[in-house]
Amino acid sequence: MHWELEIVLYIFLVISAVVSLHVKDLLTAVVSLSVFSYILAMLFVSMGAIDVGFTEAVVGAGITGVLYVVMIFRTTRRTND
Amino acid sequence: MKHGSSSPIILLLSRVLSPYIMLFGMYVIFHGHYSPGGGFQGGALLASSIILIRIAMEEKVHQLHFNKAYGIPLGAVGVLIFFGVGFISLIMGGYFLDYSLLPFPGMITAELRFYGILLIEVGVGLAVMTILVAIYDNLLEEDDDESI
Repeated sequence: MHWELEIVLYIFLVISAVVSLHVKDLLTAVVSLSVFSYILAMLFVSMGAIDVGFTEAVVGAGITGVLYVVMIFRTTRRTND
Repeated sequence: MKHGSSSPIILLLSRVLSPYIMLFGMYVIFHGHYSPGGGFQGGALLASSIILIRIAMEEKVHQLHFNKAYGIPLGAVGVLIFFGVGFISLIMGGYFLDYSLLPFPGMITAELRFYGILLIEVGVGLAVMTILVAIYDNLLEEDDDESI
């Protein structure tokens, strides 16, 4: 892969990681974490580790996003006490 | 988390998309020898197709093709397939997971290794799929217990 495209991917990787750490809304954080995982999978593939990239795309961007969203819908903003 | 959605676009899209994800998961499992992928990735793809149906459909429909009660027993069957192949080759006098000693009659060593790896991949894929779906079901089950 061309190095210019890789630099763009690295910049978006850092941006999505910082956004998912500092954003207030939890659902936005989960979506940003899925974006981070997918960009990381593309970088793995570009470095030649196709198997690791495949696992990252399936598990990081697919399954854990769904599980995080389910856990967020089970929380409440104010406590019941 | 309440199930189901009234939007016909979501229902149609998940209903059309889910069998193709499942077919791709089968492809990844059965071509795990000579291409990227294998049991874990294929099992995760199968689980994601089942979870897609569970999110989109209504409460009455979403467990028709994979019931909640089958989750943990089928996972145990997958682990039994994996360790069964390993221990059969251990009993026949080799190392653990030594595929060339499997007792299939009339096969040369290369064919024995091929089908041994295929059995391992099927066992791992079955275990990963059922356990991921069981985790999702268990997260939703506790919701009903606390509300009582």
